[in-house]
Amino acid sequence: MNRTQPPSFDGVKPSLLRRIPLAFGALFGLLANADLAARYAALRDGAVPTPTPTPTPAPVTAAPAPRAPVLKEPSPDAALQLLALLQRDARLIDFVGEDLGGYADAQIGAAARLVHEGCAKVLREHFSLVPVRDEAEGSRVTLQAGFDAAAVRVTGNVVGQPPFAGSLRHRGWRVTEVRLPKLAEQHDARVVAPAEVEL
Amino acid sequence: MTGPRFAIGIDLGTTHSALAYVDIAGSDGEATVHGTLPIPQLTAPGAVESMPLLPSFLYLPHADEMAAGDLVLPWPSDGGHAVGELARSRGATTPIRLVSSAKSWLCHPGVDRRASILPHDAPPEVARVSPLDASTHYLEHVRNAWDHAHPEAPFAEQDVTVTIPASFDPAARELTVEAAKTAGCVSLTLLEEPQSALYSWIEASGGAWRKQVQPGDIILVIDVGGGTSDFSLIAVLERDGELELHRVAVGEHILLGGDNMDLALAHGVARKLAAAGTTLDAWQLRALTYACRSAKEDLLGDTDGLAGTAAQPIVVPSRGSKLIGGSIRTELTADEVGLTIVDGFFPQVEASARPMSRVRAGLAQLGLPYAQDAAVTRHLAAFLGRQLGAVAELAGFDDRIGKGAGGASFLHPTAVLFNGGVFKSALLADRTLATVNGWLAAEGAAPARLLAGADLDLAVARGAAYYGYVRHGHGVRIRGGTAFAYYVGVESSMPAVPGIEPPVEALCVAPFGMEEGTEAQLPGLELGLVVGEPVHFRFYASSVRRQDSVGTLLGAWAPDELQELAPLSATLPPEGRSPGEVVPVRLHARVTEAGTLELEAVPRSGDERWKIEFDVRGERQQDA
Repeated sequence: MNRTQPPSFDGVKPSLLRRIPLAFGALFGLLANADLAARYAALRDGAVPTPTPTPTPAPVTAAPAPRAPVLKEPSPDAALQLLALLQRDARLIDFVGEDLGGYADAQIGAAARLVHEGCAKVLREHFSLVPVRDEAEGSRVTLQAGFDAAAVRVTGNVVGQPPFAGSLRHRGWRVTEVRLPKLAEQHDARVVAPAEVEL
Repeated sequence: MTGPRFAIGIDLGTTHSALAYVDIAGSDGEATVHGTLPIPQLTAPGAVESMPLLPSFLYLPHADEMAAGDLVLPWPSDGGHAVGELARSRGATTPIRLVSSAKSWLCHPGVDRRASILPHDAPPEVARVSPLDASTHYLEHVRNAWDHAHPEAPFAEQDVTVTIPASFDPAARELTVEAAKTAGCVSLTLLEEPQSALYSWIEASGGAWRKQVQPGDIILVIDVGGGTSDFSLIAVLERDGELELHRVAVGEHILLGGDNMDLALAHGVARKLAAAGTTLDAWQLRALTYACRSAKEDLLGDTDGLAGTAAQPIVVPSRGSKLIGGSIRTELTADEVGLTIVDGFFPQVEASARPMSRVRAGLAQLGLPYAQDAAVTRHLAAFLGRQLGAVAELAGFDDRIGKGAGGASFLHPTAVLFNGGVFKSALLADRTLATVNGWLAAEGAAPARLLAGADLDLAVARGAAYYGYVRHGHGVRIRGGTAFAYYVGVESSMPAVPGIEPPVEALCVAPFGMEEGTEAQLPGLELGLVVGEPVHFRFYASSVRRQDSVGTLLGAWAPDELQELAPLSATLPPEGRSPGEVVPVRLHARVTEAGTLELEAVPRSGDERWKIEFDVRGERQQDA
């Protein structure tokens, strides 16, 4: 799934069209496959020391909490439900599960349209999303002391005391409402897509 | 507190239903406290979601098809069927178990509407339901949704208004009332959908509507929904310094709507694919129809017209899990949409254009009597032409009907209100308005203006709730009464000619414009009923003969003037009479508070009354 050199590539860098499925593939591949995740982490860590002027953001890893951490066990039901919706409306599992190697960009693009439209529908219908910051990206913003570090991540030259002045790189997203379907008690959420048999 | 707290409006649509409400106590004059009820429904087996619209579909699953709990709802239910989104999506893959367009079947004169006939192409082992049952299921679902959300204000104690097409015949109106009563409506009124759309517009204007219309205006309401097209004309009058609204005419029942447009597009694209060697199966064709709908909305939603975007890609997904390899990609071009939808359904025809053939043509059809001419504008031209005299009897409209200027060939509307999802496309609304204005310009009349600002999906439900509120004396009411005059067929007393059926005369029993809660006079003419035997009468309606009073006997009429409806039947109980005896009776008409027509047979003496039934069993005579 993370093979990066299929024959039809023009150069080393995959097109945006190809990077979309690649990113989805990476997300689910890494979640499912620990070995793959290890190789990815190695690849990523390897990239850090390259001579770039700005430091890269810290890799997202489950950093051990300093003391007696209470880690929440997420309920799989809502995740399974979302996965079922993404499969039903966007065919996401089908899409990500396919090997892109044998297909031309036009074919992948056609399928990506379905996936894109379906994902957009799922997001629109089940979540209310608003930007964390209302300012335009690129504008100067000031972070007062006591800003919510969970909602705003500071990067780059993080020194001194607030207020911090900086440039808004990404507005962030905040979910204001989740509207997932209610489930029947006996419902088996693990079947994210039933098999179909036409009689 | 006495009386209902809420006025509830239910849009019982062909393809979608919705519920809106007005809080009567919390509202003051034209400032209303109102809302729409999100309707919990199954969206997948075992998954319940609240959505603003309830798709009007009923799915009758096989006993082994669903797992336990798959059909669970937030309220107790028998679990034997599904209504709403799940019904629609399941039904797309198993159409033999899907009941759709129940409302169109409810007013289909050629079938028995109480008989279990739906789905009409189901195999024998599927337990079918009647059009009446299906409508009852939708209303019950909506009632349960209300009671679930408002346990403090039970549905049965509220004022309920259910909307119907303006063109519904008396039998279909009565069946709708019956379905609503079975579903638990106690205080019930029917309201015509185009009127409801106008009420919604009035409510949304918050009082400003008085500045947007003047006395002498004729508002044309064009309602093109998922399955039906419905037209109405509403005149604006002034009386004692107050504006009054009169619904002066309604159109024929036309089974033509947005779904037909999507299908037409999909078949066009399927032909294109077939020419290139790709044949689609039924499943793919449905997926294609769905894809065409969203591509069409993108292409038509652009107010700049179709020039902006040349084509929208269409992808028909593979059915199996190989999505990329198995999907079929094609495109829908702006030209195709222009040709199929804009010119196919909304051609710029002359005002003198008429639909290719009569809408209610076939009598013994198995399927629904879909409109044979797809052009909405031609149906509209026919409606305005037929209703030229609609405001002849009202003061202040002389220049609209050519009395002043001379030579109008159709009724000239001065304002247009659109309703129905089809007009979410600004392009189609513009095209329709431009066509009407072209007709007006050709006869030297000023262009009609657009009454804007309606919510095209929910306007009917909202307007119905507002009407329930208005009925409590809080705002302007649209007057008009019945939009038809009704006649029964009487065999003429001419000498019989062997081999020729005696000609039929039409006796007017209910004049045009009977208001709710009023009774017609007794006609002078008596008819004979045979004791103990069912007697059938041919039954006619006219949307144009405004001047006929009770007792008028028509010897001849133009084919366009009178429409034959399903017949009436009456059976006199034999009590106190000898079977076979002929009792002379007169027919007495009354319009109930709910808005249905009731006919009774009144004998010459005594105070007995026998109800005359609308025959909904579809035994319409073949020579009709």
